Amino acid sequence: MDNLAIATPEIFMLVATCVVLVVSLFINENNRTIIYWSSQATLLVTLLLAFSQIGDEAMTAFEGAYGLDAMSTVLKSWILIVSIGGFLYSRDYINERKIARGEYYVLGLFGITGMMIMVSAINMLTLYLGLELLALSLYAMVALYRDNSDASEAAMKYFVLGALASGMLLYGMSMIYGATGSLGLSSIHDILAGKTDQSVGARFGLTFVIVGIAFKLGAVPFHMWVPDVYDGAPTCVTLFIGTAPKIAAFAMIIRLLVDGLETLSVDWQRMLAILAALSMVVGNLLAIAQTNLKRMLAYSTISHVGFLLLGIIAANPEGYSASMFYAITYAFTTLAAFGVLLALSRGGYEAVHLSDLAGLAKRNMLLASVMMIAMISLAGVPPMVGFYAKLVVLKAAVGADFLWLAIVGVAMSVVGAFYYLRIIKLMFFDEPIVPVSAAASPDVSAGLAINGAAVVLLGVFPGLIMTACVAAFS
Amino acid sequence: MPILSLTIWLPILAGLVIIALGNAFARPAALGVAVLTFLISLGLWFGFDTTTAEMQFRESIAWLPAFDVNYSLGVDGISMPLIVLTTLINIIVVISAWEVIKDRIALYLGAFQVMTGLMVGVFSALDAILFYIFFEATLIPMFLIIGIWGGPRRVYATIKFFLYTFLGSVFMLVALIYLYRVGDSFSILGMHTLELGARQQFWIFLAFFAAFAVKIPMWPVHTWLPDAHVEAPTAGSAVLAAIMLKMGGYGFLRFSLPIVPDASGELGGYMIAISLVAVVYIGFVALAQQDMKKLIAYSSISHMGFVTLGTFIAFMLIGKGDVDGAALGLEGAMMQMVSHGFISAAMFLCVGVIYDRMHTREIADYGGVMNVMPKFGAFMVFFAMANAGLPGTSGFVGEFMVILASFKANFWLAFLGAMTLILGAAYTLWMVKRVLFGEVANDNVAALTDVTSREFWMLAALAFFVLLLGLWPDLLANVMHASVENLVQHISIPKY
Repeated sequence: MDNLAIATPEIFMLVATCVVLVVSLFINENNRTIIYWSSQATLLVTLLLAFSQIGDEAMTAFEGAYGLDAMSTVLKSWILIVSIGGFLYSRDYINERKIARGEYYVLGLFGITGMMIMVSAINMLTLYLGLELLALSLYAMVALYRDNSDASEAAMKYFVLGALASGMLLYGMSMIYGATGSLGLSSIHDILAGKTDQSVGARFGLTFVIVGIAFKLGAVPFHMWVPDVYDGAPTCVTLFIGTAPKIAAFAMIIRLLVDGLETLSVDWQRMLAILAALSMVVGNLLAIAQTNLKRMLAYSTISHVGFLLLGIIAANPEGYSASMFYAITYAFTTLAAFGVLLALSRGGYEAVHLSDLAGLAKRNMLLASVMMIAMISLAGVPPMVGFYAKLVVLKAAVGADFLWLAIVGVAMSVVGAFYYLRIIKLMFFDEPIVPVSAAASPDVSAGLAINGAAVVLLGVFPGLIMTACVAAFS
Repeated sequence: MPILSLTIWLPILAGLVIIALGNAFARPAALGVAVLTFLISLGLWFGFDTTTAEMQFRESIAWLPAFDVNYSLGVDGISMPLIVLTTLINIIVVISAWEVIKDRIALYLGAFQVMTGLMVGVFSALDAILFYIFFEATLIPMFLIIGIWGGPRRVYATIKFFLYTFLGSVFMLVALIYLYRVGDSFSILGMHTLELGARQQFWIFLAFFAAFAVKIPMWPVHTWLPDAHVEAPTAGSAVLAAIMLKMGGYGFLRFSLPIVPDASGELGGYMIAISLVAVVYIGFVALAQQDMKKLIAYSSISHMGFVTLGTFIAFMLIGKGDVDGAALGLEGAMMQMVSHGFISAAMFLCVGVIYDRMHTREIADYGGVMNVMPKFGAFMVFFAMANAGLPGTSGFVGEFMVILASFKANFWLAFLGAMTLILGAAYTLWMVKRVLFGEVANDNVAALTDVTSREFWMLAALAFFVLLLGLWPDLLANVMHASVENLVQHISIPKY
């Protein structure tokens, strides 16, 4: 029974998702909102289940394939919170465009289940299964716009490169299995720690694992798919890809590199340091050149991945909790930014170019304020939560004697500030091109307001999340 | 009663409420908040113990225990006068915007209230991260103020302003994190006593220099200032010159000097050199300006050169064993900061008064204003004299103290520094002559009306303080003595 108790949220989620899937087949066009509400209800109940597990002592289940610890419960809760917001912001967009409405939610729910499995996996096989469940859902979601050639192209690219990355990851895992004879991450850890000379096979495997992770995260030089997918996918899907999966990817890194291969930390520190530096530099510099908002946010994501890696590179609990904080706060800050874009993409209008934001402050002050808060936070300017996220990862990097990385990071964050400021400039200083007020549904407005307020308030009281992040690694 | 917290959070929260409530009651609400904040901050002035260099009005709460960040506040003789200056200028700012700003007045006044709270936070933070947060957060309201209500090239100016200062301060952030790694604490006072080697001090000094030299600003990283000043609305220029520049000077005194005294001493010669470049070269640049605001902006840079001169001349004097001289230089620098806060704000407001009527800042568009605006002319002449350092005004005191200290160090340094008395008089008075005196230049000038009672009292209040500090400088100096002596003592002991 214990086994099942540990996995209650996932089990409930899977069952409920299947119910939603079946129900959606029998619902006629006019009652489509039932799918939306039942999806949200599913997420909410799962959130309550996941939340009730916070504070439980660490346990493993299913013969060491699945585990529950302080990190997984917190990350699951945040994945669900961010996803609830994502579905809320996407609803009107999907309804207006009539893009396979039920499928968006069902695929999304399957993807979220995959993320939750990734977060709780303590065995390489489980981890891979969770990752693939997520990835396959995302491929299909990118292709939701069947008759749009950009979307199809993006989906194809994403699928081919994603499959390649999965292959790399799987190959690396097989090498590690060959070197240690185990798939369980904690036993891999113990076996490697017991060896006096580090195994070449394990290191060989590590390299491929890192490549796989870098692909999934979108770290330079494995970032090529990110801008195309962000740009080609319908905005509601871009939002989905750009938020919660980053939290899951963080968990994957921790599971593989820390839980499993911590003894090889000297090796992966060096590899990740190069990836981080390149991501911060390339992401920020290329973002400046973009005139397309979604592409700009894609490059911005790449640069943030670099920052996220800074904490992991420190290879100590302080660094891990710093990165965890970064992943969580990044996810819900980006959520707010995409939420504004979705709120603006209404009435047959698609907000994709920078100029679409011109004069937004005169069209809708709330949307402009939320977007401004999100941009300032992404730029890492206090008092927003993004500053704290940057501070803690920089502190971890300096603490681990990666001063040069910290300096690259802050210098690049100034470059980043430029393109984030440009958006504020467009919204607040310029005159609107289309001087119509931009209205969002009341619940979406309320959601965005809460989201924006959270970005500010968590900047003033970062301890609210930080405590949980620190506890996860103590 | 937590006076410091009140002085910080009352304007910030009230500012946000004003923004949220909209334009209807924005003016009286903002004025009420500003006056109340000032009254609360007076508690600092009157409750201040001038005999000690210890931090007073201490408050400390663990803010983020996991990362050793504390919400800890306190003031000494260096920071307290700047806080009172901030809250005082805030009242003037609200009054100056009363009828002038018509577009989105609530956002405008609210932003100024928020900024006031943040600036008070900068001067009272005793935790390095808290300091950094306030220091950076002030950029956001100022960015919006220049960007929304500024002149034609406002976008360029405001982005330049933001990026310049942001670039400078991120390196300070790395230095602060590094200091944490060495000393395991973000407490600024703890950092003061940290043992640091020569190489460490050198790099940390440069990181601090990047932040504070841009902020104050020193030549050659001053170029954002004329742009920002020219494009900002009147009150924005006034706050920028009166308070924000002081954050740089304060940073030198609170961070660079006590944390890395040896590097400050070794590099002090270069600092003195570029300070003198600012005083002399920028003085000549000011002479050539056609635009009144630009002229005052350059004059600000030149005056701030005096602040850095007084700050770093201290090390030369300590090297000679003249501790009193060092204290004189530092005190002169601080007097200069406070005095410049009043005078530059007043100068910008004067320009604002005629700009609101004529909508031009070109000196050539004016002439003979005195004939139609005698009251205004009297004020402007007075503030111009103060700007030029006329004895009896506060402008004289700081400059005189710094020049005196320079004399003790080296005659030629003092000679170059004293050039400002000539150059300052030249560019300020020449501007005044061209704008105020002579025949009425054109019909627009002839149609001018004299100051309203709002403008009159606004300028009169500033004139009062300029005179007060000029005639009774001890009022302010007395507050600073203990802290300055403590600072001199601290920096005269090598750390390695």
